[in-house]
Amino acid sequence: MTIWLLILIPAILAGLSLAIKSNVSRPWVLVVAAVAHSSLVARIWFLGSFPSSGTYLLLDPAGKMVLGLISLLFLAGSFYAVGYLRRRVDRPNLTFVVSLLFFLSAMTVVTFSQHFGLLWVAIEATTLASAPLLYFNHNQRSLEATWKYLLICSVGIALALLGTFFLAMAETFNGPIENALLLPAMMARAGSMSVPWLHAAFIFLLVGYGTKMGLAPLHTWKPDAYGEAPGVVGFLLSGALTSCGFLALVRLTQVCQAAGQMDFARPLLILMGLLSMGVAAVFILGQTDYKRMLAYSSVEHMGILVLGLGMGGLATYGTWMHLLNNGLAKGILFLSAGNIHRHYKSKSVAQVKGVFHRLPLSGALFMAGFIAITGSPPFALFMSEFTILRGGVADGRWGVVAAYLGFLAVIFIGMARIVLSMVLGEPPKDETASGPKDSFLTTLSPCLLAAAVLLLGLFIPSWLNHAIESAAALVGGHS
Amino acid sequence: MEHVTQLLLILVILANLFVLGSHPLGACIRAVALQGIALGLLPLFLHAEERSVHLVFLSIGMIGLKGFLLPGLLFRAIRDAALRKEQEPLIGFNTALVLGAGLIGLGFAIAAKLPLPPGTAASIVVPVALATVMMGLLVIVTRGKILSQALGYIMLENGIFTFGLILVKGLPGLIETGVLLDIFAGVFIMGTVIEHINREFGSISAYKLSNLKE
Repeated sequence: MTIWLLILIPAILAGLSLAIKSNVSRPWVLVVAAVAHSSLVARIWFLGSFPSSGTYLLLDPAGKMVLGLISLLFLAGSFYAVGYLRRRVDRPNLTFVVSLLFFLSAMTVVTFSQHFGLLWVAIEATTLASAPLLYFNHNQRSLEATWKYLLICSVGIALALLGTFFLAMAETFNGPIENALLLPAMMARAGSMSVPWLHAAFIFLLVGYGTKMGLAPLHTWKPDAYGEAPGVVGFLLSGALTSCGFLALVRLTQVCQAAGQMDFARPLLILMGLLSMGVAAVFILGQTDYKRMLAYSSVEHMGILVLGLGMGGLATYGTWMHLLNNGLAKGILFLSAGNIHRHYKSKSVAQVKGVFHRLPLSGALFMAGFIAITGSPPFALFMSEFTILRGGVADGRWGVVAAYLGFLAVIFIGMARIVLSMVLGEPPKDETASGPKDSFLTTLSPCLLAAAVLLLGLFIPSWLNHAIESAAALVGGHS
Repeated sequence: MEHVTQLLLILVILANLFVLGSHPLGACIRAVALQGIALGLLPLFLHAEERSVHLVFLSIGMIGLKGFLLPGLLFRAIRDAALRKEQEPLIGFNTALVLGAGLIGLGFAIAAKLPLPPGTAASIVVPVALATVMMGLLVIVTRGKILSQALGYIMLENGIFTFGLILVKGLPGLIETGVLLDIFAGVFIMGTVIEHINREFGSISAYKLSNLKE
C-alpha cells in the first residue's frame, strides 16, 4: 500500500497541477508532493519496515538508502524550485512541474524494483521524464543539451536492455525457468548461470547504466545537461538520478557476487571508476564555465562510487556513505551556483567576481560546498572518501590508491582555482550584471544541506550507520 | 521454417547495409521500415512449433510500430523540414559499407564466443543482432542530420529486439508492453525535440549543434 502511495501520489498531483492556471502558485504542488513523499519515506525508516507489493516491488536495504536519499533531495529541491520559478514567472512552468513529479514517481519505482526488466523500464522512464526539464529555458543551447542528453542516454539505456536480455539468456541457458530476471530468484540459482553470457551481460549493463550515471567515456551528455539546466534540475540529476543508476549497478554486482564472478567484475568497476576520475580531473583543470565544472565534479564522484563498489569490503561501506554525502553536497553547490548564475547572468568564471560582496550567503554556501565536495575535513565527504582510501590500503591496492589520491589532489587544485577567483575579488561595476539577490526560499535548502553534510562529518547516528552497513553488506561491504 | 527465419534475418542485415550505403533519407527510412516488418514476422517463424496468441499479438504490435508508426513519424518530420536528401555523413558511403561488412564479421566473431543453449538449432540470430546493434551505432556517430541519428537509434533497437526474440517465451508480457511503450515514448519525445530544433535552428543538422563544447 505504502509503495503504491509513494509511486502514485506524485503522478496524481501531476494531474492536479494541470488544473492550476497560475505560474506562481503551481510550483507549490511540488512542495505538497515532496512533503507527502518524504513523510511516507520517513515512516518507513522510522518503523524500520521493508514494504513489498507482489514479487516485483520490494524494498531492500539498498533500495531503502536510495529511496531515502532521493526523497530528501526532492524535498530540498522543491522549496528551492518554488523560489526559482517565482523569479521566472515569465516562463510557463506547467511542463516543468509535471515532468518533475513524474520524474519522482519513476525514481521511486527504480528503488523498489526487484526485477531487471522493470528496473530497466523505470530507468528509461526517468530519462524521458527528465528530458523536458533540461529544455526549460527554451533557447538554442538548452535544446542542444536536451538532444544530446536524449540521444546519448537512449543509446546507453538501449545497451542496458541488450545487457538485460543477455542476463536472461544466462539465466535460462539450461531451459525455461519460473521468475526469470527476478533478483532474489536469480541470486538463489546464480551458480548455474551461463558464465560467458553473464560476462557479456555485465559489460553491456555496466556501459548502459554507467551512461545514465555519467561514467566516462559516456559522460559527455553531463556537462551540457548540467550546464544548461536550471540549478535545481542539475541538483536532482546529479544527486538523485545518478543514485538510481548506481543502484542498478549494485543490483548487477549482487548477481555477479552470487554467481562467484567478482574476479571478473572487480577490475572492470575499478577501471571505470579511475577512468571517470581521471577524465574529470583533466576537464576540471581547464574549465571556464562553473556549471560545467560541477558536471565534471559529478563525473568524478560517480567514478569514486563505482571504484568503491569494485573494491569491496571497507571501501564498499565507504561508497554507501559517499552516495549519501555526495547527494547532499551536490545540493549546496548546484543550488548556490544557480543563485550566482541568476544574479550575474553568466556562467563564465571570468565574468563572475566578488560573489561574497554581491551574494554573501550564496557565496559562502558555494565556498562551503567546494570545501565539502573536495573531501576536506570536517565535512562528511572527507569521512567517506577516507574510508574508501582505507579500504584500498587494507587490500594492498597501492596502484589504485596512488591514482585515487592523485586525481583527488588535481581536482582539488582545479576547483580551488575556479571557486576562489569567483567568490573573492572585486565585483564588476557594471550594474546590468546584477540580477535578483538571495531570497529565503533559494537559500534555505542549501543552508540545511550544508548543515547536514557538516553534521554527518562529525557524527553518524547509529540508525543511519546500521542502514549503511546493511546496504553495504548486500554487495560484500563491511565496516 | 528454418529457411524462412534465415531469409528474414538476411533481410534485416541487408536493410542495414542499404542504410549505410544510400543517400536519400526517405529510402533509408523505408529500408528501416522493411527491417521492422521482417523483425515483426520473425517471432512467428522462430517459434513456429508453438504459435500462440501472445506471439501473434507481439508480431502485430511490432509490425505496426516499427513498420508503420515510427517511419510515419520520421516521414512527417522530413515533410515539415522540407528535406529529402543530404545526410551529411562524416565518412563516405563506400567507407561506411566497408565498415558495415567488417561489423558483420565482428558480430559473427563475438557470437562464436557465446555458446547457444543446448537444444537450440544453430542459427544466425545472435550475430545478426550484434551486427545490427553495431551498425546502428555507426549510423548514429557518423551521420550529421539528427533525423539520421534517430534512424540509427531505431536500427540499434531493432538489433536488440532481434536478440530479444530468442527469449520471447521466457520474458513476461508486462515487460514487453513496457518496452514497446518506452520506445514509442522515446521516439515521440525525440520527434518533438526534432521539431523544436528545426524551428530554432532553421535546420536539422547536428553540426549546427555546436555551441556546447570544451
